[in-house]
Order: sequence, then C-alpha cells, then structure tokens
Amino acid sequence: MKLTTFALGLAAATLLGSSAVQAADAQFIGSTVYRTGPYAPGGIPWADGFADYVNLLSERDGGINGVPLELEECDTAYNTDKGVECYERLKDKGSTGMPAVMPLSTGITYALLDRVKADKIPLLTAGYGRADAADGTVFPYIFNPPATYWGGADVAIQYIASEFGGTENLKGKKIALVYHDSAYGKEPINTLKALAEQHGYKLSLFPVPHPGLEQKSTWLKIGRQLRPDYVIMYGWGVMNATAIKEAAAVNYPRDKFIGIWWTGNEQDVIPAGKAAIGYKALQFNAIGADFPVHQDIIKYLYENGKGSAKSPDIVGQAAYNRGLQQAVIVTEAIRAAMNIYGNAPVTGEQVAHALDSFDLNAERLKALGLEGLMEPIKLSCSDHQGGGHAQVTQWDGKTWQSITDWITPNEEMLRAMYEESAAAYAKEQGITPRSCD
Amino acid sequence: MHVERSVLTTIGAMLVLMTALPWFVGQVSEDVFFEWPFFLEVAIGGLLSGVMYSLVALGFVLIFKASGVFNFAQGAMVLFAALSFVGLKDLGVPLWLCFILTAGIMTLVAMTIERLVLRPLVNQEPIILFMVTIGIAYVLDGLGQMIWGSEVRMLDIGLPQDPSFFFDGKILINQFDMFAALIAGALVAALVIFFQYTKTGRALRAVADDHQAAMSVGIPLQHIWVVVWTVAGLVALVAGIMWGGKLGVQFSLALIALKALPVLILGGFTSIPGAIIGGLIVGAGEKVSEVFLGPLVGGGIEDWFAYMLALVFLVFRPQGLFGEKIIERV
Repeated sequence: MKLTTFALGLAAATLLGSSAVQAADAQFIGSTVYRTGPYAPGGIPWADGFADYVNLLSERDGGINGVPLELEECDTAYNTDKGVECYERLKDKGSTGMPAVMPLSTGITYALLDRVKADKIPLLTAGYGRADAADGTVFPYIFNPPATYWGGADVAIQYIASEFGGTENLKGKKIALVYHDSAYGKEPINTLKALAEQHGYKLSLFPVPHPGLEQKSTWLKIGRQLRPDYVIMYGWGVMNATAIKEAAAVNYPRDKFIGIWWTGNEQDVIPAGKAAIGYKALQFNAIGADFPVHQDIIKYLYENGKGSAKSPDIVGQAAYNRGLQQAVIVTEAIRAAMNIYGNAPVTGEQVAHALDSFDLNAERLKALGLEGLMEPIKLSCSDHQGGGHAQVTQWDGKTWQSITDWITPNEEMLRAMYEESAAAYAKEQGITPRSCD
Repeated sequence: MHVERSVLTTIGAMLVLMTALPWFVGQVSEDVFFEWPFFLEVAIGGLLSGVMYSLVALGFVLIFKASGVFNFAQGAMVLFAALSFVGLKDLGVPLWLCFILTAGIMTLVAMTIERLVLRPLVNQEPIILFMVTIGIAYVLDGLGQMIWGSEVRMLDIGLPQDPSFFFDGKILINQFDMFAALIAGALVAALVIFFQYTKTGRALRAVADDHQAAMSVGIPLQHIWVVVWTVAGLVALVAGIMWGGKLGVQFSLALIALKALPVLILGGFTSIPGAIIGGLIVGAGEKVSEVFLGPLVGGGIEDWFAYMLALVFLVFRPQGLFGEKIIERV
C-alpha cells in the first residue's frame, strides 16, 4: 500500500514537474479584451482576431522561433477598474511575465501609464490611447503604431479636401465633429482646430454624452440647422449606429459623413440597416478575408474546430482584422526581442528595447501573408508611432469597400504637436525625456 | 382621474418656460438659431422621444406600485426580452410567434423571480428588496448574453424609417418615432383597461393601496406579484422591441433604464399617467434645452438637464407630479 502511494506520488511529482518545465519554456501572452459589457459587439471580433493569430502561430509554426506560446485572456468589460485588475493579474504570469499589454481602451491606457513604466512592460495602443505617446523620448514604454487619433483627424480632412477638389477649397466650408464626450472623443479637437486655422473651414463641435442612446437633438441641430458640408464622427459602441440612424432621420447625406476607425465596424452599420449605405469610415487595416493569413487561419484553426470566433464568417471583418493586426505587431515585437536576446521567453523590458528599433517592412509582411492588409511599420527610440497611414472605406449595405489608397497624415505638423504635448506632460509629471541620440 | 390644481399650474408654468426661454435666448444670442417651425420640430421630436422613455418608466411604475420595490432590473428585463425576441427571430420563428414565445419566457422569468427571490423575502425592508433587484439585473444581463450571445443584432420590425415633412418641408418628423409613439399609446390604453376593468387589475390596485388589507380580503399576494412582474416583463418586451428596432439589440439597451429615472422622479413612482406625462416633459425639455440652450455652454447638456429638472422637482414636489404624498407618523 505504502509502495503504491509512493509510486503514485512520484508519478504525480514527475507530471507536475514536466508541466512546470513546459510552462517555463512557453512565452506568455496576456490579452485584455472585452467580450462582455456594453461595448462587447465591437470587442468580440477584435478579441477573436487577436486570439486566432496567436493560435495560428502555435498550430502552424509551433510558436515563435520554436518557443511555444501560452495565451490568456482577461475580460475587462471595457471597464477601467477591471482593466487595471486584469493587468495586475496577468503581468507576472509565465516564466518572464507579460511581454506587453494591449489594454484596448483609452481609459485603461491612461490608468496604466505609470504602472507600465514601473513594471517595464511596453504598452501597445493600436489606433487609440494617447496620441502624444508617439514621442518615445517622454514615453519610453508606450507605443502607438500604426495610427493615432490626431493622425486620423488629419487623414479625414485630407480626404474631405480631396472631395472638394483640394485644400484650397476648404475655405468657408462647414465641418462638424460629433464625438463621444470622453477623453477618447476629445482627442481630435485640437488637430481639427489647428487644421481649421490652416485651411479656413469652420469647425462645429457636437459632444454626445455616454452611451449615446439618444441623439435626436444633436442631429436636429446638424441636419436641420447647421447643415454642414461634412460630418466627422469619433464615436463608440451604440453611439455609432444611433448617429447613422439619426443622420438618416434628418435626411443628412450619409456619403458626407465619415467616422474614425472605431466607428467603422460591421457592428456599427448593420444595426442601422439601409440608413448606413454610403456612410464612410477610416481604417488602418484592409478589410476582408482574402489574404493568405486568413486562408491559414481557416485551414489550421476553423477546419479543426479551433477557431476563436463563433463562425468563420467573422474572419476578415473590420474589428477582427484590427485585432489580428495588433497580434501581428506584438508577436513580431516578441520575435524581434528573441532575435536579440535568444530563442527563449522574453521579458517586457526586452520587448520594449526591440520595439525601439522595430521594422515590420513590406518584405516581412509578405512573408507573413499580410501584404495589402496593413502598411509597413518602422519605429525608433523617438518615434513610437511609425507611419499613421489610413484609408477610407464606404459601406455598401453588405461590406466595407475601400475607396481610397493609403493616405499618409501630415507628419511634420503632427510631430510638432506630439512633441509639444509630450513636453507639457513631461513638465507636469517631472519627467526628464531620455536621449535618443 | 382627479388632478390637483397645483399639478396643472406646474405643468403650465413649465410649458411657458420651455417656450419663452428658447425664444428669449434666440433673440439675444447669435449662437442660437430660433424660428417657430424649428422650435415646433424640436419640441415634437422631443415629445416622441419622451413616449419612448415613458415606455421604460412604465415597467418601473407597475412593480413599485404593486409591491413598493424599486426594480433596478427593469433595464436588464428590457435587454433580456429583446435578446430573446431577436434570438428567436434569427432562428426563423415568425414575428408574431416570437412575441408570444417571448411573452411566455418573461412570464417564466416572473414566476422564477417570485418563487426564488421574492417569496423568501416577504416582509423584509424595501432596501433589501431593492438590493435583490440589483442582483437580478446582473443575473439577467449575464444569462441573456450567455444564451443569445453579446453580438449586436439587427431588428427590423417593418416600421417605416424615413422622415416625413410637414408645412412645406418646414417641419420634419421621423416616421419610426410616430409609429413607436402610437404603439406606446396603445400599450398604455391596454394597461389602463387591464387595471380598471378586469378582476386581476382591481386586485392589483387593491394590493397597491394596502398590502395587508388586500390580503385580509383574500387577495393572494404571491399570485399578484407574479402577475405584476409578468406585466412589467411584457412592457419590457414592447420597450425592447421598439428600442431594439431603433438601435439594434445589444447590451446597451439595459442602459436605457437611465433615461427612465428622471421620468419617474418627475412623474411619480406610483402613477401610470405620471410616467407618461413625465416622459413627455423630460423628452421635450431635454431636446429643447440641448438645441436652444446647449450652444451657450458648449452642448452635451441633454442627459444631465433631465436629471437637473428632476432634482429641482424633488425639492418642491418630492412625490413627483402624480405620485402619492407619503405621510409617515412616528
């Protein structure tokens, strides 16, 4: 009896030991997402895209550079408190801790600014968060490729100008900004004001209080009173579909209505039905599942019942591709860190170091099956954004159609604005900017 | 229905203020555009929105009136009903059958709540029952999403969505809002008939007036609670269909309860006509204030204006326009 107990104990210890060794060899990746809560409709496809790409690397390649991957999700419900809790829960997991955090919320991003600096974990915000974090001298642990809200505002104005035949024709035009009355929604205001001074258009601001279920008065003012030449929207969640429906209710033309990428999900236009036809949105990634990476995702995951989404139809949606793109950036950053420090799990500090010279070029994108899905990203110690390209898409009632090529924001003007804002933040916080020479 | 003279005076004063203030601001400020047709358009749009708020507020009133419980879960019930309705519809069930089946589901929810939650807590303090409804809200939110998923779902119930123009295009009114108001009106009429002319309705009113007196004449309290939660569930279903038809069915529907709170404070927690009149005042008041006063302070005042109006009311009429004046003797 004693011998049997000893043998069982030994076997259990061996099994536990081997799993511990395996866990120690795996690269941990934490993913803070929201599959529940008021913003779940937009959060679910993003989370699916992120998980599918990480799982594809595991299933197809056995991980990154031969190092297996261990993915764990934590649901924030888009709630800042829960987001911080998720970060604290995930940051020390795996043998080397969480190599990067992607909060998927501007509110959580702001709450983590000091924590990631203390923990030396890079914070990646793809298309959200602080735009001035593009200045890597003040924000060494924050990276915001591929685009910022300020860049998005500039791209929107460039596109509107092209609609009117050039920036010189913007003079005297009326442009309205409908925005979520939050830190996120207010991000483009300064850029749009600076551009208004430059080009001579008149900017009118229309804040929409959270959650934006009721916007009748906003749209009565816009559609029946102001009648602007173009409307730009920085909305989120239920606010987007409501805005599109109310625009239709006051007969405001949808093809003169353009939103930032977070208003360009299928989940934003489908509930609005026919009212959404003609509505436009910026995207920093292409839409559709026609890329080689999607074929691999279907083949290795969905055909084997390992896909993250409920249906393969979700693969290729706008938010799905955005999540996938974020996964590409973080896994390629981990790969870059491994190329420097050796093929073993890497720490946040090592990934942050690799991100300071991150180069996801066209050749690499092609090798990853992502050619055309996104633009190359090149970061440096001082430039933590790297590109900022976006394109305009238009909803045709069934899918988003790309109607422009990639548009590059005015980096010269924006860079000055990033540096000015970052310098003010550094002064306020008593931060000495690092030298990137 | 007897209406106090002071109530009519208050409503009249508010109407005068809501008209005179925008006109005055329009005369003295360049930022505000005031024309009578546009003012009418905004006010009518607000009244139609107000009907939609009333629809949600009605569910609160029904339960509070019959049991003295402030049902925090009413918003979650709207979401749960709408999710069940659209979930069945997506399975290919015809719309009329979806309505009947969802009504059945809401009855089942009412019975479960009465059996598992309310019955064991009979005679407990109102605050305990209120806390329990917070728990019910979380359970319904989670359960609805677990069964039907968190994805946004489109709900087209065939109502026209196009704008209609009146008076040579000077006034625009959305057809969906008009139909929604008609449906809400029909629901209110049905509720009034139910409460005034049916045996169960009279029993409900008796319970609302005095629990113990009602029980002493043989009205079964537990049965009444099931009925009232079922009726509130049906009101939630209609509200869920109308709001879901407007915004798509998604988790945010649970948040429309926030729009009902100022309506309740204004109209009174125990009055069905109060919920209607309160909804109309809040709807028209917030739209008129946002359009004509909003530009003076940078806009975005719509939501808090409704609460501010409700707070002012609390100071002068704590029981709301039509609520019962509660006098507690110590």
